[in-house]
Amino acid sequence: MTAPTKDRSEYWRKNIGIITGCLVVWALVSIGAGILFAPMLNGFSIGGYPLGFWFAQQGSIYIFIILIFYYAWRMNRLDREFDVHEE
Amino acid sequence: MDLQTLSIIAVGLTFVLYIAIAIWARAGSTSEFYVAGKGIHPTLNGMATAADWMSAASFISMAGIIAFIGYAGGAYLMGWTGGYVLMALLLAPYLRKFGKFTVPEFIGDRFYSTTARTVAVVCLLVISLTYVIGQMRGVGIAFANILNLSVEIGLYVGMAIVFVYAVLGGMKGITYTQIAQYVIMIFAYTVPAIFISLQLTGDFLPQVGLGGQIAGTDTHMLAALDKTMVDLGFGAYTDRVAMGGWNMFLLTLSLMIGTAGLPHVIVRFFTVPKMSDARSSAGWALIFIALLYTVAPAVGAMAIFNLANTVHPGVEQGQPVADPESNLPIDEQPSWMQRWSQTGLLVVDDLNGDGRIQWYNDKNATYVADVAEPAGWKGNELTVNNDIMVLANPEIAALPNWVAALVAAGGIAAALSTAAGLLLAISSSVSHDLLKGIFMPTISERSELRAARISMGVAIVVAGYLGLNPPGFAAQVVALAFGLAAASLFPTLMMGIFSKRINKEGAISGMLVGLITTMVYIFLYKGWFFIPGTNPLPDDASGWILGINPLGFGVIGALLNFGTAYVVAGMTKPTPAAIQELVENVRVPRQA
Repeated sequence: MTAPTKDRSEYWRKNIGIITGCLVVWALVSIGAGILFAPMLNGFSIGGYPLGFWFAQQGSIYIFIILIFYYAWRMNRLDREFDVHEE
Repeated sequence: MDLQTLSIIAVGLTFVLYIAIAIWARAGSTSEFYVAGKGIHPTLNGMATAADWMSAASFISMAGIIAFIGYAGGAYLMGWTGGYVLMALLLAPYLRKFGKFTVPEFIGDRFYSTTARTVAVVCLLVISLTYVIGQMRGVGIAFANILNLSVEIGLYVGMAIVFVYAVLGGMKGITYTQIAQYVIMIFAYTVPAIFISLQLTGDFLPQVGLGGQIAGTDTHMLAALDKTMVDLGFGAYTDRVAMGGWNMFLLTLSLMIGTAGLPHVIVRFFTVPKMSDARSSAGWALIFIALLYTVAPAVGAMAIFNLANTVHPGVEQGQPVADPESNLPIDEQPSWMQRWSQTGLLVVDDLNGDGRIQWYNDKNATYVADVAEPAGWKGNELTVNNDIMVLANPEIAALPNWVAALVAAGGIAAALSTAAGLLLAISSSVSHDLLKGIFMPTISERSELRAARISMGVAIVVAGYLGLNPPGFAAQVVALAFGLAAASLFPTLMMGIFSKRINKEGAISGMLVGLITTMVYIFLYKGWFFIPGTNPLPDDASGWILGINPLGFGVIGALLNFGTAYVVAGMTKPTPAAIQELVENVRVPRQA
């Protein structure tokens, strides 16, 4: 059985949208807050850490984990929506 | 019991465990040998991936690197974890859906070309060999420093252990051993860190302690560290001192893309049962990696803080560093400093002959003129190897000997687990891609399994030999292995999934351009084939083209790969319909 082409391209289009959203957050926290804006953010503090330093050495990693699990959860929902999920 | 005996017992017990696992998890088919029969639970695979990924460098060296470069160490922390986001979103699920055994196999099928597969094998071999030499040496060095045995003995013992479980069990044996190795490694890393955090800040979690206040005061640990490092001429720990923003940006991105393109890590996601498992398994891997990677910055900062306060007592309380009272007398060094002096990893040299140690940044001209010269200092007198920050931690914190023994077993577990993963990537590429895929397509499964075992054995001997006689490129893991993974494999894999337009010609030329430009750029600064003295340009900011450090070139190589592939594919015949269908299939978990 082959899925109707329209469904498959719709599924893929939505997947690309979700990936893009996740990668924007990914870049904002690491390249953005951890590097480019770090000197500015260091004026603020979180848990005793200068904020930019925290993003570079702690925060980005926590957010990466959340991003991957969010993506896995969101894609499982999308798989069911399009009835392409595995058993 | 003395430290050496305890360490030998601890390491010996872990070896017995690895061999027991090897006997229990023998591989009976090529599927079990290459991908553990695709039956590994995603959480367990996450744990195995964490051990596969975290090498001797992560375990022993990373905290020390962070300690000496401070904030800029974030490039490594973010680079080596952010790559998992790319892997989970862009590669792992689709390559798992493809459902075969190796990374070059996907490239060969998707680009309907044996040439593409061969180029991918070459990239894989260069990347994995560069990487594995460091691991073999890591085993030897851990033995030498902690167990007081020679590097050679350590290497032979390490080779013998890997030989048993990798040849017998293939990916299946390696997976279960890696799970055990992860548990040993994370325990060994966090126990000393927790004690040090408790002593210094009173916080149980090192991640909290690093932001916390120094026990009994209301001064924040990082603020005190910033002040101390400025007093010694190094510049504030939490500021961008060691690396400019541009190069930190390039290095971080290159490490991220390179991490996602490392074949020995990608192939771990071939071992889970389903496509959806590959997505969540990457998340589990990152959780297990983060347990070490969020502790490492605390270990680094606390170790350098302890070191500064040992060598320059009183400076943290505001006593001037030029005051002789705040320089440690050489004959009053604590026992751990004396012990590590014997290994050569810590060197004290009383340049000005005043009988005291001055540790400061003698490259900082202003500091030298304002502080060091008026005080009669004649140069920095203390040199500390990165690795000490982890290895000497238990002694610095005055922890019992069994903790130091645990660190020895942990360091060796970290090196062995990564070595085994790399050796599997190397040997499957030889037996499955080269032998079965190209030279002897009609080989039976039984013979292929035997060939896989033989190539594993040969790979171990070659890696061991190179570990004993390291060639120049062995030290360039970050530049060469990550650079090439970023510039050659990652873009090609990603385009293979996300763009149906990219055809055989595009992929091959893209890979070659990424591979060659990255190699040449590295050679320009590190010497042709890493032969010292043959570099046409000086390896510092003055010689770098557009200020690009060769360590951060991977991302540029990746862009060149993408660009070349699109241009060439646009000028040549489109991808055949059957291949377009293959791409469609890889993109969905199941046909509706």
